[in-house]
Amino acid sequence: MIDLTVRIGSLILENPVMPGSGTFAEGMERVIDVDRLGAIVAKTITPDIRHGNPQPRLTEVVGGMLSSIGIPSKGPDYFCAETVPFYARFKPPLIASISASSVEAFGKLAARLNTPGIAAIEVNLSCPNLEVNGRAFAMFPEATRDAIRHIKESTDRPVWAKLTPNVGDITEIAVAAHEGGADALVVANALLGMAIDVTTFRPKLGNVMGGVTGAAMKPVILRMVYQCAQAVPLPIIGCGGISSINDAVEYMLAGATAVQVGTANFIHPTTMIDIIDALPEFLRRHGLTRVTDLIGTMRANEAADPSWAAVG
Amino acid sequence: MSTLSPIQPRPIRAEVCRVVFNTPLHGPYRHLAVTASATALAAMPGQFFQLLCPGQGQDRHTLRRPMSVYRVDHARGQLEFLFKIVGAGTRGLSGLAAGDELDIFGPLGQGFRLNMQWRHIVLLGRGAGMATLAPLAETAIARGMKVTAILSAARPELAVAADHLRAAGAEVRIVNDADGSAAPEWLEPVLRQIVTEQGVNFIATCGSGRLLRLVRRLHQEFGIDGQVALEQPMACGIGSCFCCVRPFVVDGQTIFKRVCQEGPVFAIQEAA
Ligand SMILES: Cc1cc2nc3c(=O)[nH]c(=O)nc-3n(C[C@H](O)[C@H](O)[C@H](O)COP(=O)(O)OP(=O)(O)OC[C@H]3O[C@@H](n4cnc5c(N)ncnc54)[C@H](O)[C@@H]3O)c2cc1C
Ligand SMILES: Cc1cc2nc3c(=O)[nH]c(=O)nc-3n(C[C@H](O)[C@H](O)[C@H](O)COP(=O)(O)O)c2cc1C
Repeated sequence: MIDLTVRIGSLILENPVMPGSGTFAEGMERVIDVDRLGAIVAKTITPDIRHGNPQPRLTEVVGGMLSSIGIPSKGPDYFCAETVPFYARFKPPLIASISASSVEAFGKLAARLNTPGIAAIEVNLSCPNLEVNGRAFAMFPEATRDAIRHIKESTDRPVWAKLTPNVGDITEIAVAAHEGGADALVVANALLGMAIDVTTFRPKLGNVMGGVTGAAMKPVILRMVYQCAQAVPLPIIGCGGISSINDAVEYMLAGATAVQVGTANFIHPTTMIDIIDALPEFLRRHGLTRVTDLIGTMRANEAADPSWAAVG
Repeated sequence: MSTLSPIQPRPIRAEVCRVVFNTPLHGPYRHLAVTASATALAAMPGQFFQLLCPGQGQDRHTLRRPMSVYRVDHARGQLEFLFKIVGAGTRGLSGLAAGDELDIFGPLGQGFRLNMQWRHIVLLGRGAGMATLAPLAETAIARGMKVTAILSAARPELAVAADHLRAAGAEVRIVNDADGSAAPEWLEPVLRQIVTEQGVNFIATCGSGRLLRLVRRLHQEFGIDGQVALEQPMACGIGSCFCCVRPFVVDGQTIFKRVCQEGPVFAIQEAA
C-alpha cells in the first residue's frame, strides 16, 4: 500500500497536491474530480469589495505568464454565504486565503472566517501594507511577524503564511513567520516582472508591473523552498512552476511537504489529478511506500553528473 | 411537494482530437475541423473552446487560445472552427494538417439565448466575428426563423462565412470599408429599414465596438432584443483567473464580469 497522506500542522491531507490561490474556482468540478485533491485553496479575499486592476491584466512570457489581477474580491460576507457552502459538498478541506492592508484588518478578517467549513487560513502576505510603506508585508520580517501573530490571536484555525519571492533573503521572512506562530509556509507567490510592447512603447500590463508565474519560475522558487526548509522547522508548501509529477517530486526532495499548482491549471486543467495519479507509481519505482519519504531527501552532497566529473 | 433535482451543469473536458481538415480560405482565414467527443459536440452557438495551439519556429507561447464553435457536425462527430491568423497561436494552428493532434478544452462559457417565439433574427458580424455568429444561423433556421446575416469586412472578398451562411438558408448581405458601406452612418439606415419593413425580433453581433453601439441604439429605440459576443485575451477560460474581465453597466452601476464565464455572450444593454 502506498501512503500519500501528508500532515500540515494539525491538518492531515489525503495527498500533497492542491491548487494555488487564484488559479482554481467554482466550475472546475465540471472538469476534474475535486474530491481527489489534497485540499482546495480559494482565491484570496480582502475585507472590502474590490474590482481589481485595469486591463490588460495578462501577457505571456517565455515559459510562463505575466499577470496583474489585483485581487478582485467580493468580501467576506459573500465568501461565507456562497463560496464556503459551495465547497462544503467536496471532501478535501477548504483553505481560505486572506489579504488586507493593515495588521488590524488582517486580524478582523481572520476572525470573521471562524466558521465551519474553513479548515485553515492561508495569509497572502504579498499585498501592500498601507500603514507602513505600501510595500508587501512579506518583504519585511517585522510586518510578517506582526501580521501572523495578530491573525493567530484572532483565529483558532491553522495559519499558513504565503511568502513573496520579491526579497533578498527569504529565510529572514520564513523565520519571522515562524516566530509569529505560523503553522506552515507557502513558498511562494509570483515574482514581480514587467513587459513592454516595442511597437507602441506601452507597458503590456495596465498596472505596468505584474507577477511572473509558470514553468519559468521553478528553479527560483525551488531554491527558496530549499532555503526555507533549512531555516525553519515548519511544513512547507512549495508553489512555483509545477506542471508535472517530476516538478512536484523535485519540490518535495527540496523540503516541501506539499505542493500547489497554479498556472499549469490554465494550460492542462487536469495537471493536479495527473500528478496525484502518477505519485504511487513514482514511489513504487523508487522503492518507497510513503510520499513523506521524499521530503527533504535530496542527496545534497552528491551533486555532479559522474560523466562530467570524469571529463574534469 | 416533489423535490426538483438541480440542473446538472454540463461537463467540460480537455481532450486530444484528430484534425480532419484545415483548409485555407480567402486571406488570413482558415477552416479547421477535428473529431471530438460527445462532451465537445454538445457545444452551443456562442460557446468556445480553449485550443492548445502548437508552436511554430520561434513562437513559444504558453497559454491556450479561445476559439468559438463555428459548426458542430453531429453526423460526422466533428467540431469546426473558423479562425484568422493574427499571431503565434493562430500561426501554430494554421500549420496543423489532417491527422495531427489538437488538444481542445471546452465547451466553455455562456452561448446565445434564443427565444423560440422569434420570427426574424439579424446577425451582424465584423471580420472573424462572423465565425462566432454562424452557428446561430443554422440553429435559428432549423427552428423556422428567418435569418438575415450582415457581413462586415475590409473588402468584399474578405467577408467571412458567406457561402456557408447562404447554404444554411440565411439572407446574406456584405458590407465593406472599401466602398464605405460598412460605416455605421451607412449601415444604420439599412438596418432601420430592415427593422421597419420586415420586423426584427433579435440582433446578435460580434467583432466590433461600433456595431455593438449600433445594435444598442436599435435596442433602445425599438426594444429589439440584442446580444453581443465579446472578446478579451484570457488565460484559463473557465472563470478561475479573472484575466478577462470587462466593465458592464448593470442597474446604473459599473461592475466587472468575466468574458469567459459570465460571457462571452452578453445582453446588449449591459455591454460597455
Ligand atoms: C471567446 C472568444 C472566441 C473567439 N473566437 C474566435 C474565432 O472564432 N475566430 C477567430 O479568428 N478568433 C477568435 N477569437 C480571437 C482569438 O482568440 C485571438 O485572435 C487569438 O487568441 C490570437 O492568438 P495569437 O496567438 O494568434 O495572437 P497573439 O500573438 O496572442 O496576438 C496577436 C495580436 O492579436 C491581438 N489579440 C490577441 N487576442 C485577441 C483577442 N481575443 N481578440 C482580439 N485581438 C486579440 C493581440 O493584441 C495582438 O495584437 C476569439 C476570442 C475569444 C475571447
Ligand atoms: C491569474 C493568477 C491569479 C492569482 N491570484 C492569487 C491570489 O488571489 N492569491 C494568492 O495568494 N496568489 C495568487 N496567485 C499566485 C498563485 O497562487 C501562485 O502562487 C503562483 O501562480 C505561482 O505558482 P505557479 O508558477 O504554479 O503559477 C495568482 C496567480 C495567477 C497566475
